[in-house]
Amino acid sequence: MIQQDWSLLWPKITEATGQTLYMVLATLALSGLLGLVVGLALYATRKGGILQQRAVFVVLSTVVNVVRPVPALIAIVVLSPVTRELIGTAVGTDAVVFPMTVIATFGVARIVESNLLAVEPGVIEAARAMGTPPVRILLTVLVPEALGPLILGMTFMLVALIDFSVIAGTVGGGGVGNLAITHGYLRFDTRVMVVTVVILIVLVQAAQLLGNVLSRKVLRR
Amino acid sequence: MTTPQPTAQPRHVIELDSVSKEFADGTLAVDRVSLAVAPGSVFGIVGHSGAGKSTLLRLINLLETPTTGTVTVAGQELTALGSRQLRAARRDIGMVFQQFNLFRSRTVLGNVAYPLRQAGATRAEARERAAEALRFVGLADQAKRYPEQLSGGQRQRVGIARALATEPRVLLCDEATSALDPQTTQEVLALLRRVNDELGVTIVLITHEMEVVRAVCDRMAVLDAGRIVETGPVRELFAAPQHPTTRAFVRSAVQASPLLDLLPAALRKHGVDDAVTASVLAEVGA
Repeated sequence: MIQQDWSLLWPKITEATGQTLYMVLATLALSGLLGLVVGLALYATRKGGILQQRAVFVVLSTVVNVVRPVPALIAIVVLSPVTRELIGTAVGTDAVVFPMTVIATFGVARIVESNLLAVEPGVIEAARAMGTPPVRILLTVLVPEALGPLILGMTFMLVALIDFSVIAGTVGGGGVGNLAITHGYLRFDTRVMVVTVVILIVLVQAAQLLGNVLSRKVLRR
Repeated sequence: MTTPQPTAQPRHVIELDSVSKEFADGTLAVDRVSLAVAPGSVFGIVGHSGAGKSTLLRLINLLETPTTGTVTVAGQELTALGSRQLRAARRDIGMVFQQFNLFRSRTVLGNVAYPLRQAGATRAEARERAAEALRFVGLADQAKRYPEQLSGGQRQRVGIARALATEPRVLLCDEATSALDPQTTQEVLALLRRVNDELGVTIVLITHEMEVVRAVCDRMAVLDAGRIVETGPVRELFAAPQHPTTRAFVRSAVQASPLLDLLPAALRKHGVDDAVTASVLAEVGA
């Protein structure tokens, strides 16, 4: 057991935190965008939707249902050949963003879909009566009307991603999870364990606070 | 927007020819309805809930696609249009709703400006014309507020301003006053009258309240189980309803009328049956 000096640990802790933030935020941005597109497509193509397309809906919905139950750890492993093909490596912070994005996209898609379904059909009818084309209804009516709940949904996703990134860290993803394993667990350094847990709690709290403030601003309550 | 061929002034701004709507579950909501609405008139469609009023109104701007029959608005046969042309045609048909259906994410001004932006107006132009529409409905001072900060009557006036923003020729009202209290109902009906009188907009409204028809409509149709059972000038239908459903509606209106309380007094004053009948008819026609 080698008890390292704090002066040696701190740079590692800040670096790990930076890596975690990078993984989480990059994944959030990518999966947020892709998930929004898939979610909008799910919403619009469903039966009675404004762009009803049964075949598209069934395919999308099936893919989402197949991908979503796959545990994060398994996804990283299963997708590693694809990751290697795309990123050049299956190890490291950049590499892990790919499987995380795949998993998160489908999670975001369901969040988007359910929040859009909660929008009152009346406003869609009003927009249709004005002669607004379907895609523009999606972007200028549905998304703004559902923005408050969407922000809360994305906050939920952000917190889940912090959790996810820690798991990714344990299988070569870097970040706080990696630090917890290599220094906290393998070297029995309880201090590192405590610090990583505190960092995670702070990150989650900050994410939730940000989401709450933003959604309250949008919902004006 | 494509302008219809400048043929002779059409006698009717809205024409439904044997229009039916059968839903996927087999329900025949509207059954071979034909009706014609003259330009500048206010047409009321009355019926019990489930009679198919709402579906019939939505067939006029093709929010519901008819199973059979043709719909012509402002000289354009909507049932023959492609989706793009149909969307353009809808800008000439405003619509207001029982539950207002305002965008909660937009301010009052933003709500009214929205259809203008969709019709291709610049931001500045849309804001200017939206402000104008808000002045017309008397809500210029509420422009920056959000729908949830307004009363029901104010929300419906915003709905009307939004529907009128693109200067449509036709306004469809789906139970526009049914969610409002009697006092507010009167205000909104007075506004609809002004829309008709001052802007010359043709109005089609559906309602289950005969008071509404009596207050604003020139002609009316009574809908029962998806079919029009009686149609004609409001005055005539009130004076001599033929169909049992019409009679029931007229009775409901007369019973709800404060006129009934005045009758004994009028009887005492005149003591003549004729005089009473005459004054009832005058009241009905007013």
